[in-house]
Amino acid sequence: MSSISGGGRMLVVLAMPAVAIFTAFWLLPMARLALFAGTGPTGWNAYLAVLTHPQYLASLVSTILLSMAVTGATLIIGGITGVFLSRHDFRGRDLLVGMLTLPMAFPGVVVGFMVILMAGRQGLIGLIAQTIGAGKPVFAYSMGGLFLGYLYFSIPRVLLTIMAAAEKLDPALEEAARSLGASPARVIRDVLLPGLRPALIGAGALCFATSMGAFGTAFTLATRISVLPMTIYTEFTLFADMATAAALSLVLGVVTWAVLALARNATGAGVAAAA
Amino acid sequence: MTTTTRRGPLYWPQMAFTIAVCAFLILPVALSMLAGVSLNWQRGPAGGLTLQWIEQVWALYAETVARSLAVALACLACDLALGVPLAYVLVRRQSRWTRLVEELIMLPVAVPGLATALALIILYGGLHDFRNSSAFILVGHVLFTLPFMVRSVLAVLSAIDVPTLEEGAASLGAGPFRRLATVVLPNARPGILAGSLMVVTLSIGEFNMTWMLHTPLTKTLPVGLADAYASMRMEIASAYTVVFLLMIVPALILLQLAAASASRRSKS
Repeated sequence: MSSISGGGRMLVVLAMPAVAIFTAFWLLPMARLALFAGTGPTGWNAYLAVLTHPQYLASLVSTILLSMAVTGATLIIGGITGVFLSRHDFRGRDLLVGMLTLPMAFPGVVVGFMVILMAGRQGLIGLIAQTIGAGKPVFAYSMGGLFLGYLYFSIPRVLLTIMAAAEKLDPALEEAARSLGASPARVIRDVLLPGLRPALIGAGALCFATSMGAFGTAFTLATRISVLPMTIYTEFTLFADMATAAALSLVLGVVTWAVLALARNATGAGVAAAA
Repeated sequence: MTTTTRRGPLYWPQMAFTIAVCAFLILPVALSMLAGVSLNWQRGPAGGLTLQWIEQVWALYAETVARSLAVALACLACDLALGVPLAYVLVRRQSRWTRLVEELIMLPVAVPGLATALALIILYGGLHDFRNSSAFILVGHVLFTLPFMVRSVLAVLSAIDVPTLEEGAASLGAGPFRRLATVVLPNARPGILAGSLMVVTLSIGEFNMTWMLHTPLTKTLPVGLADAYASMRMEIASAYTVVFLLMIVPALILLQLAAASASRRSKS
């Protein structure tokens, strides 16, 4: 660092704008939000309301259950397709990967609309079922619709993480295990899963955190199931209960942040938080 | 190149499963594109094709498209000005403080957008001129996208040993700003490019925060989409979705191509 260590002051100047903007528009507002949450009729108990108030507790529980189910399903789907795509080369593979990762940047509202197109009142599944005389199943606005929507925006991200990890695993290890007589199930359990563990934990945490905070999809589906972000939004707009909305959103924020931080500590590597 | 293993007995089942997953992701996109140009969604393209829905969307929502583009470009300018210098500092100095900064700026992504939006409204909602302008939305977008620019530039700069390169330039007599302009920035270009594409697509699609930050006079594209999904007929909602896809899909494809060429370069 000898000849270039003199630039210390320049480094401070270069970092300053970002630090100043971040402090003014995120750190200070968040600190204000944390204090504001205590100004409602129940005072600081607003932070406990998510556990003591039956309606909020139910909303928290259903959000956690939904997020866990989505995470589990996404890891299985992403694991199978990710390992397959990283192990085999065939014509059209790049196109397939491109299509599988395309929905990554779709906002939650658009994903909600995709679910309506598939399973809504005039959706494709309903139309097909009607033509073959199997009634008219509409599940876009139920837990099933939310599950499909969350799955839709989770798969691309998890798939990318698992593909990147699987490409770094040496296939020779699996060949060796197989030639020593291990069954496919044992190869998966003893070779593949341990090798993919950091990627599975990282992608799983990201998927869980994103599902906990997802708002747009539930908003579009206007579902009766109140996931926590919808509950916060309703408190804020319908009841103008700003203190409760502030407390609930901070609790939700701490939960998602903690899940990501735990995963990072467990894997020792950076889990890229992505939207 | 991909390491290709022997095609075992599970090859075709896995292939079928992968294609089924792909269909689940792509079918609704294709469906919305068809519905957006069909006279009647229930009858599909067989009932006749039309551009009338797209025209109606344009008449109703052109303003939201323009605002989203303007906010995305302004957001990109802010992220370039704030994020690229910050990424350089994070590469050059690894102390407790820089690690803290790196950690903190990720928070607006880790914490749900709803919380950030509420915080901004509670602290700055009283400044009416600010609250009622697109700048209020821009602030949220910059907070949310900045980490992606920083990460992307950081990843490229960490891979090339900046201090050694700079030391070489310094020994030839280049001052700090000269080194920044002629050594660091050209090397960071792939990261800046990928980060920029990411930032623009994320900003155009941002909804969670924007829905809380917008006013009736500052609607962005995703806000308009939510309106249309709630109140318009299926064909108009689909046509509007087509307009949205036309805006972000080219950027996404460019992003994938950039990533593919970057990984080819690193492997060759």
